[in-house]
Amino acid sequence: MKMVIHISAMVQDPVIAKVILDTGVAINVDRANIDATSGEIVLEVPADSCARVAHAFEREGASVSVLEHPIIRDDAECVHCGACISVCPVQVFSFVDDWSVAMDESKCIQCGTCVTACPHAALRVMSE
Amino acid sequence: MATKTVSEINERIRDGSVSVLTAEEMTAYLQEHSAEEAVREVDVVTTGTFGAMCSSGVFLNFGHSDPPIRMQRVHLNDVEAYTSLAAVDAYIGATAERTSVPGESHEPYGGGHVIEDLIAGKEIDLHAESSGTDCYPRRMLDTRITIDDLNQAVMVNPRNAYQRYDAATNSTKRVLYTYMGTLLPEFGNVTYSGAGVLSPLSNDPTFRTIGTGTRIFLGGAQGYVIGSGTQHDPDNRFGTMMTCGDLREMDAKYVRGAAFHKYGISMYVGVGVPIPILDEEIAAATGVSDSDLTTEIVDYGIPRRSHPMVREVTYEELRSGIVDIDGKEVRTSSLSSFNLARAIADELKRWIGAGEFFVSAPASGLPVRGRVKPMRETAGQLLVQDAMSGEVRTINMHAKIRHAAELIIEGYFNHLPVLSEDGTLIGIVTSWDISRAVARGDVGTVESVMSKNVVTSTPDEFVELAVRKMEKHKISALPVIDQGRRVIGMVTSGDLNKLLVRR
Repeated sequence: MKMVIHISAMVQDPVIAKVILDTGVAINVDRANIDATSGEIVLEVPADSCARVAHAFEREGASVSVLEHPIIRDDAECVHCGACISVCPVQVFSFVDDWSVAMDESKCIQCGTCVTACPHAALRVMSE
Repeated sequence: MATKTVSEINERIRDGSVSVLTAEEMTAYLQEHSAEEAVREVDVVTTGTFGAMCSSGVFLNFGHSDPPIRMQRVHLNDVEAYTSLAAVDAYIGATAERTSVPGESHEPYGGGHVIEDLIAGKEIDLHAESSGTDCYPRRMLDTRITIDDLNQAVMVNPRNAYQRYDAATNSTKRVLYTYMGTLLPEFGNVTYSGAGVLSPLSNDPTFRTIGTGTRIFLGGAQGYVIGSGTQHDPDNRFGTMMTCGDLREMDAKYVRGAAFHKYGISMYVGVGVPIPILDEEIAAATGVSDSDLTTEIVDYGIPRRSHPMVREVTYEELRSGIVDIDGKEVRTSSLSSFNLARAIADELKRWIGAGEFFVSAPASGLPVRGRVKPMRETAGQLLVQDAMSGEVRTINMHAKIRHAAELIIEGYFNHLPVLSEDGTLIGIVTSWDISRAVARGDVGTVESVMSKNVVTSTPDEFVELAVRKMEKHKISALPVIDQGRRVIGMVTSGDLNKLLVRR
């Protein structure tokens, strides 16, 4: 499951490391943007540990939201060309039998490459 | 030899007994049946393609205002249309880009989007300007129009439905943003376009049934082939066609504005051509499959007119999702939609089956011979050798930083190519690198402070390309090297500016 962590004021603290040690959960960092005053981190967390991990981050003072849809497709705009397929580093997109493009959003790491590669502006990365 | 005529087929369309297959179904059919059987049993084969067709646009007639205006400049939703026609006629081209207001950021929007919005029945801002004449006194006009307010809206596309198209890849270390989409570095992906088995011109490659006057599916309506398209190149199997149709009858599902990131605007157009099965030769040609259709993967990393070929490839391989380039599995992306190409072939099949669409014999077929000429350029292109300075100081990689500083000060230049033991280029140091090293108290060798990824030029490189290279890498000088990586000159942005100004 994708989880977005917002941190502020404690960018110096090893928050992620503390949570991993605390919970013993193998967390995968998909993306992290951290500057002098705040940070946004997207994590992949096993579904059964989500509540525990979220709680641990909140204890460290971070705010947590679960990302149900990391990437959103506007089906009215998508023409199923497949421009997104080869640029995605984690193979979210694939052709299915009728040559429409299927999406496995659970794999998405929100790199945004598909968003600019889509000629029809059909894709959007969700931040919350 | 079995034959039949267009009027016999139209008679069957009229009485509902016509037999229609899509080009995909026909390919399967011909694996079980002979071409002779096909002529007896199949009347029409429908094709379809849906992809970016930049050379497209629409003629519009707005009707006269009161007082009247001779529109000399026209904008539709801030997208400029061509107006060097009669007073209230204009042509909106698919690739025209919205006039941007400085400081405002917009979603990409252009001619293709205006055309899509017109078909969808949306209101469009119309702004027109004129210098005013005795017969057309008005100088400015602002109104809102929909497609229903226009006298005519005729799509006329100078070039549609390429028979096939080069697939694209990228050998460089940078992401390239092209009209063939996003090309990842170091052969990171391949993009392609074309409907393969469903491709209209590939199913009748000798243009027996396709030419001036052929009735077709265009953008969801019945349209026509005007003749061969611009850059029609049958000698190299790059046939194209020019098409027209009434925009007011079209469906926005099959005409879509599009934008290629850091390239510009285009429009996806749906085209379907019905092929009447008049004889065995025509029947056999519609049996073409993806494995029969080849094209070339070319390297867009080389920004020249002819991109070098990487390898030949079939549409079957491209559509499998993975192609092999020098032993590496490279993923492919289609830019045209096979899903919608199939929808078009199916829709055309339905129209014919329902007696709503009749096939036509062309007044004259598309030319089967001919090729595209490159541009004649009379001025000659500037080359780097015209601008470079041949007197270039270099330094050995093992020299002291202090020595580099001395050379730079003596020579009044900013860039010092670094050579390895054998005299070939291995790095570059700038006066900035040296200053930083000195400021840090670094007393080591040049090797420790040089940039190893040197962007270089060659004497025969076009100046335009060298300038673009410097802009892209945000640098101001390029060492010019020969084939043995020996430095034979240096070209700076200052040299190039001077040269370009002189012309």
